[in-house]
Amino acid sequence: MKIGAPKEIYEGEARVALTPDSAVQLQKLGHTCFIQSGAGMLAGFTDDAYQKAGVTVIEGAQALFEAVDFVVKVRPPTEAEVAWLKKGQTLISFFYPAQNKELLEEAQKTGANVIAMDMVPRISRAQKMDALSSMANIGGYRAVIEAANNFGRFFTGQVTAAGKVPPAKVLVIGAGVAGLAAIGASTSLGAITYAFDVRPEVAEQITSMGAEFVYLDFAGEQQDGAATGGYATPSSPEFREAQLKKFRELAPDMDIVISTALIPGRDAPVLWTKDMVESMKRGSVIVDLAAERGGNCELTVKDQKIVTDNGVTIIGYTDLPSRMATQASQLYSTNVRQMVGDLTPAKDGVINYNMEDDVIRTATVTHEGTITFPPPPLKIQAIAAQKPKEKPKELTPEEKKAAEKAAYRKATVRQVSLLVVGAVVLFAIGLFAPASFMSHLVVFALACFVGFQVIWGVSPSLHTPLMSVTNAVSGIIILGSLLQIGAGGTGFGGFVIILLSVLAILIASINIVGGFLVTRRMLAMFQRS
Amino acid sequence: MDFALISAAYIAAAILFILCLGGLAGQESAKRAVWYGIAGMALAVVATILGDGVGYYPLIGIAIIVGGSLGWYVAKTVEMTSMPQLVAALHSFVGLAAVFIGLNSDIVLNQMMPIIQEHAATGVLPAAYDGLSGFAQIVASKTLTEVTILKVESFLGVFIGAVTFTGSVVAFGKLAGKVDGKAKKLPGGHFLNAGAAIASFALLVAYMNGAGMWAVLLMSIFALFIGYHLIMGIGGADMPVVVSMLNSYSGWAAAAIGFSLGNDLLIITGALVGSSGAILSYIMCKAMNRSFISVILGGFGGAKGPAMAVEGEQVPIDAQGVADMLSEAHSIIIVPGYGMAVAQAQGAVSELTSLLRGKGKEVRFAIHPVAGRLPGHMNVLLAEAKVPYDIVLEMDEINGDFPNTDVAIVIGSNDIVNPAAEDDPNSPIAGMPVLEVWKAKHVIVLKRGSGTGYSGIENPLFYKENTRMFFGDAKKSVENLLQLLRS
Repeated sequence: MKIGAPKEIYEGEARVALTPDSAVQLQKLGHTCFIQSGAGMLAGFTDDAYQKAGVTVIEGAQALFEAVDFVVKVRPPTEAEVAWLKKGQTLISFFYPAQNKELLEEAQKTGANVIAMDMVPRISRAQKMDALSSMANIGGYRAVIEAANNFGRFFTGQVTAAGKVPPAKVLVIGAGVAGLAAIGASTSLGAITYAFDVRPEVAEQITSMGAEFVYLDFAGEQQDGAATGGYATPSSPEFREAQLKKFRELAPDMDIVISTALIPGRDAPVLWTKDMVESMKRGSVIVDLAAERGGNCELTVKDQKIVTDNGVTIIGYTDLPSRMATQASQLYSTNVRQMVGDLTPAKDGVINYNMEDDVIRTATVTHEGTITFPPPPLKIQAIAAQKPKEKPKELTPEEKKAAEKAAYRKATVRQVSLLVVGAVVLFAIGLFAPASFMSHLVVFALACFVGFQVIWGVSPSLHTPLMSVTNAVSGIIILGSLLQIGAGGTGFGGFVIILLSVLAILIASINIVGGFLVTRRMLAMFQRS
Repeated sequence: MDFALISAAYIAAAILFILCLGGLAGQESAKRAVWYGIAGMALAVVATILGDGVGYYPLIGIAIIVGGSLGWYVAKTVEMTSMPQLVAALHSFVGLAAVFIGLNSDIVLNQMMPIIQEHAATGVLPAAYDGLSGFAQIVASKTLTEVTILKVESFLGVFIGAVTFTGSVVAFGKLAGKVDGKAKKLPGGHFLNAGAAIASFALLVAYMNGAGMWAVLLMSIFALFIGYHLIMGIGGADMPVVVSMLNSYSGWAAAAIGFSLGNDLLIITGALVGSSGAILSYIMCKAMNRSFISVILGGFGGAKGPAMAVEGEQVPIDAQGVADMLSEAHSIIIVPGYGMAVAQAQGAVSELTSLLRGKGKEVRFAIHPVAGRLPGHMNVLLAEAKVPYDIVLEMDEINGDFPNTDVAIVIGSNDIVNPAAEDDPNSPIAGMPVLEVWKAKHVIVLKRGSGTGYSGIENPLFYKENTRMFFGDAKKSVENLLQLLRS
């Protein structure tokens, strides 16, 4: 199949859906690749580089649309681009079908198939083509860089000859992919980072990235993100109140706020109100990654950087991934390439459009002249339902003390009853057994005790040498046959005794010599570095 | 040699043995400790030979020389991967020797019975007594109660010895791959064992009431069957427990023989070895979160419900991918298992370790208590391959470090890194402490094929998002990796 990428028309868009690297991979799948001349320039890929990778360069977008079976793009197509699509052709790009109903109908009329990269379901198998995540990752990183660029201080705290610099305090709202990337970048720069999310189960991920999870004092039911495929859902008014109260508390302390809170299919929730902005310090920076959908901050202006009266910079850029076009193109083109890979299971350049496949089915929004959006629910649930984790109950000091006391008493009772039982048993034996037996029994009991005490101290790494040395030591059984060999007199019984004794001595000697030698051999191997 | 002198030698030997076992607390003191053991053994044997009523010195000499050379040969030539077999084989020898000695005691007792009975009847030791020496004299001087006890002791010694013998032979066969490692039971299962044990007890009663040596011999056959059938019913991964258990039995057999001979040194040594094996079995059971009884009864306990469904797919990776991942990593933890021993990959793994350490990376090993087929098996293999022991850590020491680790490499282990043990209460291994490798940033699993491990339990680790499967023979895989990392 022929796969081609046109130049992005959207203003300021620098990304491209095909890179020389991804082209090489696509060719391995048996496809041929095409690119519109100059399409990769803004992302740092020259036509020359494409040609070297075996890609045919075509002048003009329309010519490209005509030449290929597969059109791969980043931004949703314009109406003009949709008009160029024809029956049997497939378009892969971001599409946002829920917001672009008219465009979807236009596309349906052409009879072309459309695969929306933003519709790829969030299941493990589809992660390699999850373009929303890979773009969000870049967005989160870039948000920190933009914030640093507009922030007049270091991120990390330092003590220099010229005075002490306090570390910056960063609050990340929403710990999705973008939020986690922001946390990672911010902690790497040395800032003290706090993070908040409505899904309590992400607390672990947040702390693992080095940030501190902001806990809400909220008694009600908190939501479980697993039911919604890992995305957040709108929260109750009470919860929202508790949330805003917490943010209001934090606002005067924070130097940088990066907000990434989005709810699928809705406007971004307003979480950072005007009064919070007003209570922030002069020079603070807010980066609103939700600007495209109205913004998490009340004052955000889409695509612009504004400075408020009290000196707080609010950044509402929506093209953060495009600002890192080379990196973004590499990741996006890999996502696209993986999607094409799933469409070419035999790696022979033949497309097998399998609408039974969960991932392909869900991402496809028009197929052979029919609209296939919204998709049916997934056959397998995206994320295993979170089992309610029982939190270990915090014990009060009194309870703890009582528990310790009870445990101590239990241990005492157990030990004493064991001793009593042991004493009774010994006493009972002593009533009947002769003295000679009892003296041996005492030796035996003591030796068991010594054994238990000594063996607990043996290092686990030496358990094998322990076994082989006990092998050798249990060769002490040789004493038995040494003592017996002369005890049988001269008759047939005596002969049997001698025979058995000699055999026993022989095999016990194997044990003694073999066991000790192999132990020595092993121990000699243990070396310190 | 005087009796008092012999006793002194025995006390010294007993102390030396205790020091020998205690010395294994550290790698350095252990090297000295072996010498204590050897000295104690030499002292005990020499003192006994020089004692009363031994005789037949040339025969003893030949037996010791032949046995000793066999032992020397085996110890020099054994491969470290074959240690489990060797240990099992040595256990069987102790068991067999115990059977022989127990039988001998019975023969001697029968010969001395007239003297004992006359003594009991008249209250005076008969003249024939004065002609005896050594063990025969000890037996002859016994009262009738002591004879009863002696009979129980010998009977018990033979019983434990016989169980140890066939059990160890089967364990040897399984470990050496000569017998199928899967758990196998004859129809009737544990009822057969129980039946044989009851029959043995009945024979003990008969023997006490005057039945002759045939009772002991018949019982030996039952005991031999129990040992065989018991161990046949236990599967490969439970071998660490089995070997420790047999270790313990061989000790108890020696102790029982010590009682029958009235020899305190045998009792002490047997008790030391017996408790050592018992503790090892306990540690191994604990490490698998299984009760000793359930291991002995064989097979995994039935699942309490359907196992958690495993989702996702196994993502394979090639040598180049692993090499890239390792070059970027700072901290690496290697988790070896029985598969490493099978593939004889320890040498290559050691080379990989020194190469990575040479590049300034932190490389450590995490050892699960039941990794391999013998307690401490992995430590010995790594030591043989010259991996320094201070980077080889126990589970409890290293488990907390996985979240801060870049790459965890799992080589030929399966159940000991199975997250189902923690997550899935219905898993057959639920509650078993495992190495939490999946908490590392990346996990690489070296594995021969994509099947399940010994226990037949699906391992969700292989399907985790941060896990990559590096399929192939462990040794070849690591060697490929070495080439790529060098170039």
